[in-house]
Amino acid sequence: MTLRRITVLTTICLFGIGLFISQAQAFKGTYKVGALFAVTGKWSFLGDPEKKTAEMLVEQINAAGGVNGRKLELIVYDTEGDATKTNLAFKKLITKNKVCAVIGPSGSGTTMAIVPVAEQNETPLISCAASYKIVHNDKTGKPYKWVFKTPQTDTMAAEAIYTHLFKRGITKIAIVSVTSGFGASGRGELIRLAPKYGMTIVADEKYGPKDTDMTAQLTKIKGKAPQALVNWSVGPTQVTVLRNYRDLGMDKIPFYQSHGFGSRKNIELAAGAAEGVYCPLGACNIAELLPANHPQKDVTMQYMKNYKAKYNEPLSSFGGHAWDSLNMVVQALSNVGDDKAKIRDYLENNIKGFVGQHGVFNYSPDDHNGLTNESFAMVIVKDGDWALAD
Amino acid sequence: MLRIAKLPIAIFALFIIVFPWIARHIPAIDHYTDIMVFAGIYCLITIGLSLLMGYAGQISIGHAAFFGIGAYISAILTATYGLNPWACMLVAMFITALIALLVGTPSLKLKGHYLAMATLAFGIIIFIIFNEEAEWTGGPDGMSGIPGLSLFGFEFDTVEKYFYLVWCFVFAAFIFTANIIQSGTGRALRAIHTSELAASAMGVDVSRFKILIFGYSAVLASVAGSLYAHYINFVNPSTFDLFFSIKLLIMIALGGMHNIWGAIIGAGLITFLSYEWLHFFEEFEVIVYGAILLLVTIFLPQGLAGVPGIVKGWFRS
Amino acid sequence: MEKITFASQLLQYLITGLTVGSVYAMVAVGFNIIYNVTEIINFAQGEFVMLGGLIMVFFHVAVGLPLILAFPATVILVTLVGMLLDRMAIRPIRRPSVLTLIIATIAASILIKGAAMFIWGKDPYDLPAFSGRNPITFLGAVIQPQYLWVIGFLIITVITLSIFFNRTIIGKAMTACADNADAASLVGINVKQMILLSFALSAGIGAVAGITVTPISLMEYDRGVMLAIKGFGAAILGGLGSFPGAILGGLIIGSIESFGAGLISSGYKDAFALLVLIAVLFFKPSGILGSIEISKIKRF
Repeated sequence: MTLRRITVLTTICLFGIGLFISQAQAFKGTYKVGALFAVTGKWSFLGDPEKKTAEMLVEQINAAGGVNGRKLELIVYDTEGDATKTNLAFKKLITKNKVCAVIGPSGSGTTMAIVPVAEQNETPLISCAASYKIVHNDKTGKPYKWVFKTPQTDTMAAEAIYTHLFKRGITKIAIVSVTSGFGASGRGELIRLAPKYGMTIVADEKYGPKDTDMTAQLTKIKGKAPQALVNWSVGPTQVTVLRNYRDLGMDKIPFYQSHGFGSRKNIELAAGAAEGVYCPLGACNIAELLPANHPQKDVTMQYMKNYKAKYNEPLSSFGGHAWDSLNMVVQALSNVGDDKAKIRDYLENNIKGFVGQHGVFNYSPDDHNGLTNESFAMVIVKDGDWALAD
Repeated sequence: MLRIAKLPIAIFALFIIVFPWIARHIPAIDHYTDIMVFAGIYCLITIGLSLLMGYAGQISIGHAAFFGIGAYISAILTATYGLNPWACMLVAMFITALIALLVGTPSLKLKGHYLAMATLAFGIIIFIIFNEEAEWTGGPDGMSGIPGLSLFGFEFDTVEKYFYLVWCFVFAAFIFTANIIQSGTGRALRAIHTSELAASAMGVDVSRFKILIFGYSAVLASVAGSLYAHYINFVNPSTFDLFFSIKLLIMIALGGMHNIWGAIIGAGLITFLSYEWLHFFEEFEVIVYGAILLLVTIFLPQGLAGVPGIVKGWFRS
Repeated sequence: MEKITFASQLLQYLITGLTVGSVYAMVAVGFNIIYNVTEIINFAQGEFVMLGGLIMVFFHVAVGLPLILAFPATVILVTLVGMLLDRMAIRPIRRPSVLTLIIATIAASILIKGAAMFIWGKDPYDLPAFSGRNPITFLGAVIQPQYLWVIGFLIITVITLSIFFNRTIIGKAMTACADNADAASLVGINVKQMILLSFALSAGIGAVAGITVTPISLMEYDRGVMLAIKGFGAAILGGLGSFPGAILGGLIIGSIESFGAGLISSGYKDAFALLVLIAVLFFKPSGILGSIEISKIKRF
């Protein structure tokens, strides 16, 4: 009996303490924006720079007086890249934290897990994930009403690669891709767009995200004698494929990475093997290489300097997506306040010529991605760093 | 544990009935109802699994596969073909039972490590299939647009409605399983667990029982999968990976595998740890899980459900 | 780029298969050592390989020790981890049953993996190849020198172990424990110490595998699980408890994977090893070189 009483008393006390703590955290009079990032977990290379970027921006904005004189409050939940956790966290942001908009999540899978929630709860969601399905409802052929996204689609990356290949007169290519969502989506686009550029895909091989050796796949590709090799993956496998490609003596044909390669760390890890590799990148990766009259020159240089100064590490391409998403929300807030429906309408109709890290955005009722092929530039690795490819 | 007491079931039922009301009125735990939905879904799986592991003594490190099969079949049939979700749930149960039969018949002849590895391999192969067969499953990015559940026009479209729906299923499964344990089948299972040789010498058809329970646990997991799919309206393969199978093992070990309450305690605790209480650890929550599993295995092999027994033992001595 | 002949392709698949198969073989040998003495399947076996690679990176790249010193230092450290595993996860279990032991080693593997993630993060790490990266061309196929190092170390490991188990007292004592632990302790063999030793040896061999394979395919914190599963498949294929079986099994599984990826489907590459595992379990659990009698007297 005593044991039970002690347990009951302890539980009640713990409840009380918990209540007290949570109440003490309520802010009044701020604009609350939610963020769902994969800060930890296997997608942390996406979510960590996104979180850092968002927090840096909030600090800057509040230091300059906030939005409409009110402080901006960012509530970040770590999704750990897990669909269930993202779903729970999103509902928590809406019902408990009562945010007016949410930026993120970092990945396409986790975004798709909450699109119905956004629609049902009528909360604007600006995702930092790439899949075109985020802004395309297969059943209606139009974007979901409340969901937007900032990263370029794989279509644009694939077109950038194909345009370059076409320019060089290449017609026979081999694709090798990772079996993750990112790889599958890119591969799908490469296959779909091949006829448009007169490309024949002579080999289409895959590998797993944890694979450590792709020589079997590359050997098979070698047998088909393509004129170029396109690899679509993100993470360490990009480097392994590169090394296998060199080890097998295939480096007479050009190698194209996807935009997932956009980090100087990958060049480092490849230990010289990345020299001469092509890759489509968004403007923020090559801020220094942009000509002075490029529309994105100023914002990308600023971001690069601020990020490096604050975090003492080079900027990551993915942080730029968070920069774009948050600043759009802030622009909406400063114009229409924190009414969810008004923010959504503003985003859909008034984001025109928005100069962001990854492109110049123009949203419309039919286009909740807002970018064109211009958002990618073809870059080559030269002397261990990026250089504009010709 | 042969006699399942009625009073704790009634008390727990009362707790479940009032829980959403309590949660709604305390802002700090408002979202706990949402978490409880998932706890309920996982309870369905652990109830079956605890019967398999605790009573029949068979190991499965691949049960996430059955959870996934139920989820994907429901998803594909309702989202791509627009069939009635309840019918699809039944179809999923049937198909899962068939697969369990197919896989279980040769596997359950194996013992110990061999069985563990066979279920492990099976679980991973199913996961690879979910990832690869993108035309059906949407591949690694998953499948969205799965409709919700409704009954005669009543839509289960809020967290609280789904909460009651799921926990109705849990109670049904609990009572059904408790009946199995207290019946002749249950006694046969205990006999098999203690000694397969002795049991078969007594005339128990060992293989038949093992496969029966394996199939039963698979079907429960399949129902859980369907409920999951219709709740989030989205499925992707990484929900059904090896780590989830291991998490199920942790739930059973923590709760106690020789006691059906252990299934509920284990599932509930691990769900809350997972989705709420271990936020501090972020991705390092895996270390906590490993530590829990190890400590429970060494110090508390009967799980938390065995604690009252231990405490009673203290008082007696 | 000149076209490569089909025969050369096959040769290339074989070379890759033998290389990756050697790693699986070393993992399988590690399984067998522990299994022979204790009848436990150590799910954490793959983590030793992972630790071998990462700790070597620490000693050789971060600290700067030359290869000749970093190698043994790494092996010793991983061996200590193996011994720790026995002491902290296996020995304390009061009433060991198959289920509890499997769960204990799974728990240990989660902990080791989590600790590795904490220490090294999620990035992959690289080691310089032992003798450079100039490929050797052979009949149209390409052989990296590091492949030869991997296969070479497998051979050295096998020879050393054979001598150990057949010629030394301690080795024979361990074999005695495998045959009959009670009888062994009756003649004065400290069974607990033999178990500790078996974990130590297993860990050491795993470390060697990890060190030699990292220059080829990098190493990261979560590589261990699939290695353990495939290594176990190799052990079962060759016959659980048999060293020649482990090597045969490893090389066969590595080759099946490589040929399967090249000739059938690269998306299902991992599934090939698993399907082989399941096929063996269903149709001939004693494996190629194992015998049914032995598998029946084992307790588990």
